[in-house]
Amino acid sequence: MENKKVIDALTKAFPGKVTEVPDRLGDTIVRIEKDDLLIIMDFLKNRPCEFTMLLDLTCVDYLSSKGCFEMVYHLFSISSNKRIRIKSEVRKNELDIDSLSDLWKNANWLEREVFDMFGINFKGHPDMRRLFMYEGFEGYPLCKDYPLRKRQPKIPLRKITK
Amino acid sequence: MGKIKPRAYYRETLNGGFIATKINYMLGWGRKYSLFHYPFITACCGMEYMSAACAHWDFDRFGVGMTTFSPRQADMLFVVGTISQKEAPVLKTVYEQMCEPNWVIACGACAVSGGIYDNYAVVQGIDKIIPVDVFIPGCPPRPETILNAIEKLQDKIQHQKQDWKWKIKK
Repeated sequence: MENKKVIDALTKAFPGKVTEVPDRLGDTIVRIEKDDLLIIMDFLKNRPCEFTMLLDLTCVDYLSSKGCFEMVYHLFSISSNKRIRIKSEVRKNELDIDSLSDLWKNANWLEREVFDMFGINFKGHPDMRRLFMYEGFEGYPLCKDYPLRKRQPKIPLRKITK
Repeated sequence: MGKIKPRAYYRETLNGGFIATKINYMLGWGRKYSLFHYPFITACCGMEYMSAACAHWDFDRFGVGMTTFSPRQADMLFVVGTISQKEAPVLKTVYEQMCEPNWVIACGACAVSGGIYDNYAVVQGIDKIIPVDVFIPGCPPRPETILNAIEKLQDKIQHQKQDWKWKIKK
């Protein structure tokens, strides 16, 4: 299925809920509201679009410019060899979004990574823990407001004497 | 039977087949040429370690041939690559499992100082966790640098005060 047809099908199924951002460098970007995330993703995964693969799921910190985080989902269709990118804003005062782990298994760890690095809560996630950082780590290190030189060693460091 | 005179005894029975040395020197000589090492490899410097350890540069020539994969049998800990904060307790445990006497080499910029990873996740030099004998700079270091570091460590072992079991304690 061509990407244009995908956009047409999306706008037909969800009128007024989908904003298409013009193609940039061959990527189709679709912007949606975070409340519609689950139904739109479910629609995209099944026929006729068949974006059966969740390539990546990540987050961008736009807190200083737009006052929000932006979730980015990369989908891939094996049957038509096409990619699509879904973006959704997560406002600072309500840091949660629906979890995709029921639709794609790999979303489980990807969402844990985003939770670890940005502190976004995923509603309906089976195991919302940190993925990379250790227990007792405070703050979310990829947020722009995390201090650059802040260190939180897991074990006490030696005092180096000469 | 008369009294045995040591010099005559050595001359007649051993027929000159002995050497006289200091036990400290002997132990140092033995230890520096039989370094069993434990490679603690976490990152890309491992490639350079491998080429230094294998046939092209071959640090077996310097007596560092025996690679052990248990820290309990190792004399020298080869820390090669980035050590993250999460991994720091593992490295410390490995170091504490090693029997005395032991030595540590920090290989590569990341192990020495954290390298380019000046961030929340990486330990800024493994000497913040365990004592280090020789630092090898470079990102990654050339195999020749690793050989040079081994020679430096051997020099250090030869001239250090050896610790031995039957030493008279004062």
